[in-house]
Amino acid sequence: MKYIDEFRDQRLARQLAAAIAAEVDPARQYRLMEFCGGHTHAIFRYGVQQLMPPNLRFVHGPGCPVCVLPMARLDQAMAMTREHGVTLCTYGDLMRVPASGRQTLLKAKAAGADVRMIYSTQDVLRIARDEPERQVVFMAIGFETTTPPTAVAILQARAEGLKNLSFLCNHVLTPPALRAILSLAGPEGVRLDGILGPSHVSTVIGTRPYAFVPREFGLPVVIAGFEPLDVMQSALMLVRQINDCRREVENQYSRAVGEGGNARALELMARVFVTRPSFEWRGLGFLPESALALAEDYADLDAERRFPVTVEASHEIKGCECPAILRGLKEPTECRLFGTVCTPDNPMGACMVSSEGACAAYWSHRTHMPSSGLNR
Amino acid sequence: MTARSRFSARLDLEQGRVDMSHGAGGRAMAQLIDELFKQALDNEWLAQGNDQALFSVPPGRLVMSTDAHVVSPLFFPGGDIGSLAVHGTINDVAMSGARPLHLAASFILEEGFPLADLARIVASLAQAAREAGVAVVTGDTKVVERGKGDGVFITTTGIGVVPEGIAISGDRARPGDVILINGHIGDHGIAILSQRENLGFETVIQSDSAALHGLIADMVAAVPDIHCLRDPTRGGLATTLNELAQQSGVGMRIREADIPVREAVSAACELLGLDPAYVANEGKLVAICPADAAETLLATMRAHPLGAQSAIIGEVVEDPLGFVQMQTRFGGERLLDWLAGEQLPRIC
Repeated sequence: MKYIDEFRDQRLARQLAAAIAAEVDPARQYRLMEFCGGHTHAIFRYGVQQLMPPNLRFVHGPGCPVCVLPMARLDQAMAMTREHGVTLCTYGDLMRVPASGRQTLLKAKAAGADVRMIYSTQDVLRIARDEPERQVVFMAIGFETTTPPTAVAILQARAEGLKNLSFLCNHVLTPPALRAILSLAGPEGVRLDGILGPSHVSTVIGTRPYAFVPREFGLPVVIAGFEPLDVMQSALMLVRQINDCRREVENQYSRAVGEGGNARALELMARVFVTRPSFEWRGLGFLPESALALAEDYADLDAERRFPVTVEASHEIKGCECPAILRGLKEPTECRLFGTVCTPDNPMGACMVSSEGACAAYWSHRTHMPSSGLNR
Repeated sequence: MTARSRFSARLDLEQGRVDMSHGAGGRAMAQLIDELFKQALDNEWLAQGNDQALFSVPPGRLVMSTDAHVVSPLFFPGGDIGSLAVHGTINDVAMSGARPLHLAASFILEEGFPLADLARIVASLAQAAREAGVAVVTGDTKVVERGKGDGVFITTTGIGVVPEGIAISGDRARPGDVILINGHIGDHGIAILSQRENLGFETVIQSDSAALHGLIADMVAAVPDIHCLRDPTRGGLATTLNELAQQSGVGMRIREADIPVREAVSAACELLGLDPAYVANEGKLVAICPADAAETLLATMRAHPLGAQSAIIGEVVEDPLGFVQMQTRFGGERLLDWLAGEQLPRIC
């Protein structure tokens, strides 16, 4: 496949692996956090970690939108279907995420709730147009990558005067989450030597929003593409920054990311959304100014105002290490639920649901290690 | 009385729709069966006019298989639910090495379904059966209220007879055996997906839906000691390999670079975040045979029109844990695991 195969070339991979092996200082550790689940997925799918020297380790970050959505928001969405009889539309990954009481949207659907899996925001608009008698709620989730399409859908709904469509906004922001991870000091914090920056998110926000990482935390950042060679080249760039004692934001993914991001997308987001004072993240707790809500001008399209529900405080399943895994403090294999009661067929925690979640990636790309407890 | 004179007016196959009376057992049902089903399927067993088909069977071991078809959409590039219902069951029967003999077909129709569409589906089912040389000898029709079905569901059951000396079974894969596939994977799933209203991308990919018993007859004639045959339908190649590995208590090593995948299927999968190894097929088979017979089997498969793109994709290895390992194009190793959850609903 043109423009894809070039980034998965085995020969180039070997050359990059050799370059990294030659340049790492054997006396030090290179702990590189890939923020995005997309990177985690690529690292496992292509076996990138195996191509790295033993003292270079990828630490998996919280950049999986499904994984960081707190249970309470799912409980809230399900309560809307129950108490207000709304049609809830959302992306497929969310269907199997466990909420309170081991409930999922898939189970709610089987029990009679009108839950629909959609592929794009245009599906939501179509459903609202086709079924004017139904109140349709779009459960919008994701980082800055999926936010502009939601903004467009909101503007379209307004322009078309769709009275039966509203938006339950769960969009979250990358830089505050990155700051939160890096701010966790002491035994709570994770030790890192560099950051592989988001690729798709950065196409929207650009490279500037990461400037605080070298400035305030003294860590190098390389914005990295999602293909395996992108990941390897970015790792090499981080190794060089670390060896040279440089602390900069570099851009490996220059074929898609510019310094200022996508001005049109940013303008749409600024028009439709405002930053919430605080928002809960699974695993990270409440983070200030880390998520978006509909702006006052679009309050009539806000599902939270249109369909108020009360939701009780939620509790993670006992023993689930998702919070520590999302902060990079633990490996999935350190969770006692991993691979025993928690598998992709029967996920207990959110990290096991999406293919971008660290646990699901570990599980489905585990290699043959009879002694590791990874056997079925 | 002739069939025609029993009814006051012919079935309206242009504007008419299925109504509850078509399943009620009365004259309307008799008319639907006479003018639509019997007309299209026409064979000596249906002509017996009984609630069962009476036939003799050749000596040997019989196999039997059944398959319910609920595909959405009903019509897709390269086939429809009618042809699929014939191919699916013939393949399930033939994967034992059997020669398929007869089929039975049950239709569950939804009230309001256009008779024109039904006629198209039945004609396609009849044509597929004729081309395969396997007659639909008995059937049934039921109608459910509007909203309680999705147009048409078809269940087909098939029987076949296994030739002497053939012992194909999912538990016979042995370390050292070679794993083959008869062509490109993922075509059916992607063809179906391209028609889903909420995806609607354009593709030239046609479903690979086909009856494989002719190919299998050639294969067992050339290599009677084939150990395993299975069609990688739902869950795709990865799931079938895992089933066979578990059933036989062995491991497998697959080479990604050797698995035939069309460029358009790769591209669609890339775009949709799917893995071709988990996408459904309806005209593919996985064959496992002793290493010394592999080249003969490969040549035989390639000589058949439904096996022209056949390839050896890996080997069976010793592994009591039943892992299917894949060497990736990138040079890494990964596990080709069971499909978790549901990749795409209602593809067959």
